[in-house]
Amino acid sequence: MSEHNKNVKKKPYGKMVFMGIISIALYATLLSKQDVLNDYFGRGGLYAILPIATAFLFSFIHGLFTGHFWTVMGIEAAKKKKEVR
Amino acid sequence: MHDIAQAASNFINLDIMNITYLFIVGFVGGLVSGFIGSGGAFVLTPAMMSLGVPGLVAVASNMCHKFPKALIGAIKRAKYGQVDVKLGIVLGISAEAGVLYGAHIQENIKKAFGDAGSNLYVSVAFVVILAVVGSFVLRDAWKTYKSGNTHEEEKITKLARWVQSINIPGTMVYFKSLNARISVLFTIPLGFATGMLAATIAVGGFIGVPSMIYVLGAPSLMASASELVIAFVMGLGGSFKYAMHGLVDIRLAMIILAGSLFGIQLGAIGTTYVKPFMIKVVMGVIMVIVLFSRGLMVPVYLSQLGLIQTLNEGTVKLLKNTSFAIMALALLLGAFIVLRAMWQGRRAEQKAAEEALGHVKA
Repeated sequence: MSEHNKNVKKKPYGKMVFMGIISIALYATLLSKQDVLNDYFGRGGLYAILPIATAFLFSFIHGLFTGHFWTVMGIEAAKKKKEVR
Repeated sequence: MHDIAQAASNFINLDIMNITYLFIVGFVGGLVSGFIGSGGAFVLTPAMMSLGVPGLVAVASNMCHKFPKALIGAIKRAKYGQVDVKLGIVLGISAEAGVLYGAHIQENIKKAFGDAGSNLYVSVAFVVILAVVGSFVLRDAWKTYKSGNTHEEEKITKLARWVQSINIPGTMVYFKSLNARISVLFTIPLGFATGMLAATIAVGGFIGVPSMIYVLGAPSLMASASELVIAFVMGLGGSFKYAMHGLVDIRLAMIILAGSLFGIQLGAIGTTYVKPFMIKVVMGVIMVIVLFSRGLMVPVYLSQLGLIQTLNEGTVKLLKNTSFAIMALALLLGAFIVLRAMWQGRRAEQKAAEEALGHVKA
């Protein structure tokens, strides 16, 4: 094994698949329970907390999945970090 | 309130075509937002309306996808050291006030002049602001490109230097993106204008980002990244307000979010490969093209208000479709420039790595 190969980071396949499954499950629930969700989420008032909490939950799970997805695809930030100033 | 209840009960049926369409538009919008800090919303809202979603539900659902998207984008770009959280939050607070005031103005205009009056106001705001700010940003990017100093540190403007030199005791705060202490009083009108624009044309970043660069003196990369914090603060407050009236269609918001989270991560990664002036190029190009798109609609609203001769139905339809097509083109072109710049950056990095490896072997 060359030094170069040793330094190559392992890709997060497992994490991507795990978060992907949870993300798909969330979206499957969202689309299969549309009527119930629309009823509660469209009530307004204190029910406003529901869409906000859902948005946070989806962004957390799906955000992790998409992050791992690009890493697995080999698309990562430039190695040499740019000096912003 | 009756209208609101009616709108809320008007959640559309979703089929696979609608879902795919929203996912793709979300992806492209997210890609551009991840790169320049905002954008996408001006296409997403009309895109939803084209599916039969009522205007208010489209605005509300767009906002409910915007804040979680901005959050993920800001976290990603913070990892690259590009986010000034403090500046984002300070500007975000006054932007929230701007959103509320902007929405209030919109309501009053709608009451006094109806939908056509409100649309005319939005289009004129688009045209005037994008013409002034967009041409300025694009000219600045062009000057940098022509000078050949694209690698050099960005110079701060005279105005920013002046702002940074003013000392108002009791109001001075240090911001890491500016590497200077400035009076928070300067941030208030900028944040307010960002919020007002967000409430009017849905893209506050067209004022937020240039004002951070040219008025406060932040580097382009940090300005566009910190805009995501402003978008999060504004979007969270706005979404809550709309959700209180039951206007958020969570399915639309989450489907767009599904696409836009892929896009925003890619756009954020893209910023690490490009020269800072590319932020200005993408932003300027989008702004100038969108300006033409909205400009086309001005005669339609003028005729609806009876201020000019009535246009026939065919002309109105043609203008509307052309306007939407130009707007979509602006976003696609922005996305293309981002992907191309990223591709070139990656290739250059790979080439440099191969050369370095060659040297080591030799």
